[in-house]
Amino acid sequence: MGIEYIYPEFEVVRNSDRCIKCGVCQRQCANEVHKLDEDLNVMLSDEAKCVNCQRCVALCPTRALKIVKSDCRLRENANWSDSTIKEVYKQASSGGVLLSSMGNPNPLPVYWDKILINASQVTNPPIDPLREPMETAVFLGKKPEKIERDENGNIKCDLAPQINLPVPIMFSAMSYGSISYNAHESLARAARELGICYNTGEGGLHKDFYEYGPNTIVQVASGRFGVHENYLNAGAAIEIKMGQGAKPGIGGHLPGAKIVGDVSKTRMIPEGSDAISPAPHHDIYSIEDLRQLVFSLKEATNYKKPIIVKVAAVHNIAAIASGIARSGADIIAIDGFRGGTGAAPTRIRDNVGIPIELALASVDQRLRDEGIRNNVSLVVGGSIRCASDVVKAIALGADACYIATSALLALGCHLCRTCQTGKCNWGIATQRPELVKRLNPDIGYQRLVNLVTAWQHEIKELMGAMGINSIEALKGNRLMLRGVNMTEKELEIFNISHAGE
Amino acid sequence: MKKIDAENLGYRELNNLLHECHCDATVTNCLGQRFIAAGKSSYNYVIEGISGNALGAYLNGSTIRVNGNAQDAVGDTMNAGKIFINGNVGDAVGYAMRGGEIYVKGSAGYRAGIHMKAYKEKKPIMVIGGSAGSFLGEYQAGGLVVVLGLDKSKKHIVGNFPCTGMHGGKMFLRTAPDSVDFTGRVNVNHASKEDLEEIKPYISTFCKEFDVDESEVLNAEFTVVTPDTKNPYKQMYVAN
Repeated sequence: MGIEYIYPEFEVVRNSDRCIKCGVCQRQCANEVHKLDEDLNVMLSDEAKCVNCQRCVALCPTRALKIVKSDCRLRENANWSDSTIKEVYKQASSGGVLLSSMGNPNPLPVYWDKILINASQVTNPPIDPLREPMETAVFLGKKPEKIERDENGNIKCDLAPQINLPVPIMFSAMSYGSISYNAHESLARAARELGICYNTGEGGLHKDFYEYGPNTIVQVASGRFGVHENYLNAGAAIEIKMGQGAKPGIGGHLPGAKIVGDVSKTRMIPEGSDAISPAPHHDIYSIEDLRQLVFSLKEATNYKKPIIVKVAAVHNIAAIASGIARSGADIIAIDGFRGGTGAAPTRIRDNVGIPIELALASVDQRLRDEGIRNNVSLVVGGSIRCASDVVKAIALGADACYIATSALLALGCHLCRTCQTGKCNWGIATQRPELVKRLNPDIGYQRLVNLVTAWQHEIKELMGAMGINSIEALKGNRLMLRGVNMTEKELEIFNISHAGE
Repeated sequence: MKKIDAENLGYRELNNLLHECHCDATVTNCLGQRFIAAGKSSYNYVIEGISGNALGAYLNGSTIRVNGNAQDAVGDTMNAGKIFINGNVGDAVGYAMRGGEIYVKGSAGYRAGIHMKAYKEKKPIMVIGGSAGSFLGEYQAGGLVVVLGLDKSKKHIVGNFPCTGMHGGKMFLRTAPDSVDFTGRVNVNHASKEDLEEIKPYISTFCKEFDVDESEVLNAEFTVVTPDTKNPYKQMYVAN
């Protein structure tokens, strides 16, 4: 081989005064960065292998370690950034397509941070959520246009199936295969305790997790992995995955090497066989075709399950959502371009799709304009990071939010963005048994419950400050929002006023 | 066996009747009602007339006989059971089927057997008596696709781009290997006697069901197609 062009991105800084050479860092690092040189009795580091996941830092008993960004940089150039040059080197040496994990890390606008929330002062008093009842429950599904009564004056209750959530948050799709058994167990148990839903992704439903069915959304994607009669009937709802925010317009390919053991059983494909999810569903070329898949699922489950259609936020999302709202689907899930992934081509992840904030604003507006907003509920994801993002999303018109990256962070993810290697030191994005067991589901599920419970408190506090005691009164209430640092066009799309107006 | 007259029934009414009868049933005067027997695991059905789209989608064990043509997406994501079509089928028959058997007396439209897969004892079988349209067996990951080309009025046994993306399973075409254009990433061979043993039981079922002379069907040249594992569809990636 020739010269290695890429200097390691991180430096392992080891304080030799503190290091007791216990070897914890060596045992904990699946990337094999640390090694004890027994002859010299000194811990060595191969920094080229370090992904800065911070596992060694967290477990070092004497706090002898830190990982820092190397300050050895190429000559500065505003056009040719360090990462751009290194990407060229990587491709020139391998001939490969660049593959990345987790959401778009680039400094593109985060509109949540340009939107501010109102509060009541003087004339419309705020509400103290600790002392007064606050309602955060939502129902997802098709809503009737009007109340109808029979001849005796009783309300005719012919409601389409709904998902009832005590808080407008669900865990979005992550397949068993992309994340570990223990991560799935944590999500499933947390969903049950919180009364919300988690989502199988397209990896099928492990037999151990059927008991969490009422808190499970089962996904049907183009590969139809693990899809069969019992699976469809197991969940609270069925999600047809048309697209994903991190990689709109492309399919998936889980290599045969990763289809082993329980992952093979759950996907219902032989061990070692490639799991290819084609980019399109080959039976869907139109809204009418989509309608057919929606209704075939309804027929197979006797009209008892709401059907979700998940799409990536792309340029024409308002028209796409309008079509889906007419397809018979009960819920539309829209995934923004900052959504996470276990693996996506870098160019797609970083350049395809649009921000969820803009997509949500234009979809909600379009569905209202066309008088079909009640046909569907809207669930948005693709980087909902905190309770105030949830509140802003609801005020822009969402019925609920999907979270995944923040859920993984709660489980211990340090966003090192190397899920595709399968060597997750935190036991999340891996199938290696010795790594998987590092994530204790008893602790993991409790941390997820803590996170969502804390967000619920914050949502109530933000609502209380606005003088709103029911989340239904916040939905689509854009008067509660103001923009800062936005252009006229951006304000027009959000249909909100600028701060100060 | 219960008799249900489908005349003037919408698909939901018809399927409700099938759902509630808890017995074998014959549907008469069927005229394009969709989703018949979707997800059914017990009881058997006979359809007189033309079944609509997504007949037997997610089928999980029932047997369906259609005495007539069937429309698109027959046996979509089927897991077990049998479907016999005594006529032609539309597009995307057997999409993503994992198990069970589909027999079509006549011809199939575009995209038949796309993304068929197999798992353990589950091995989906599709036998098409006539010809198949373009994209036959695209993304095939498992199971058996057999096309017999018995309809002599058709010039080609299969349309364009068969087996694109094939990465598992086998396809048999009752024609000579050089008579079809395949992608470069599959192995195309003249089917040997041993190869044909694998499909004989299914040909036998086909011939009995549709009253076709079995010896005449077998007395012809067959082509067998399998994925070329040395030249798979995969992207070269580099971690970034």
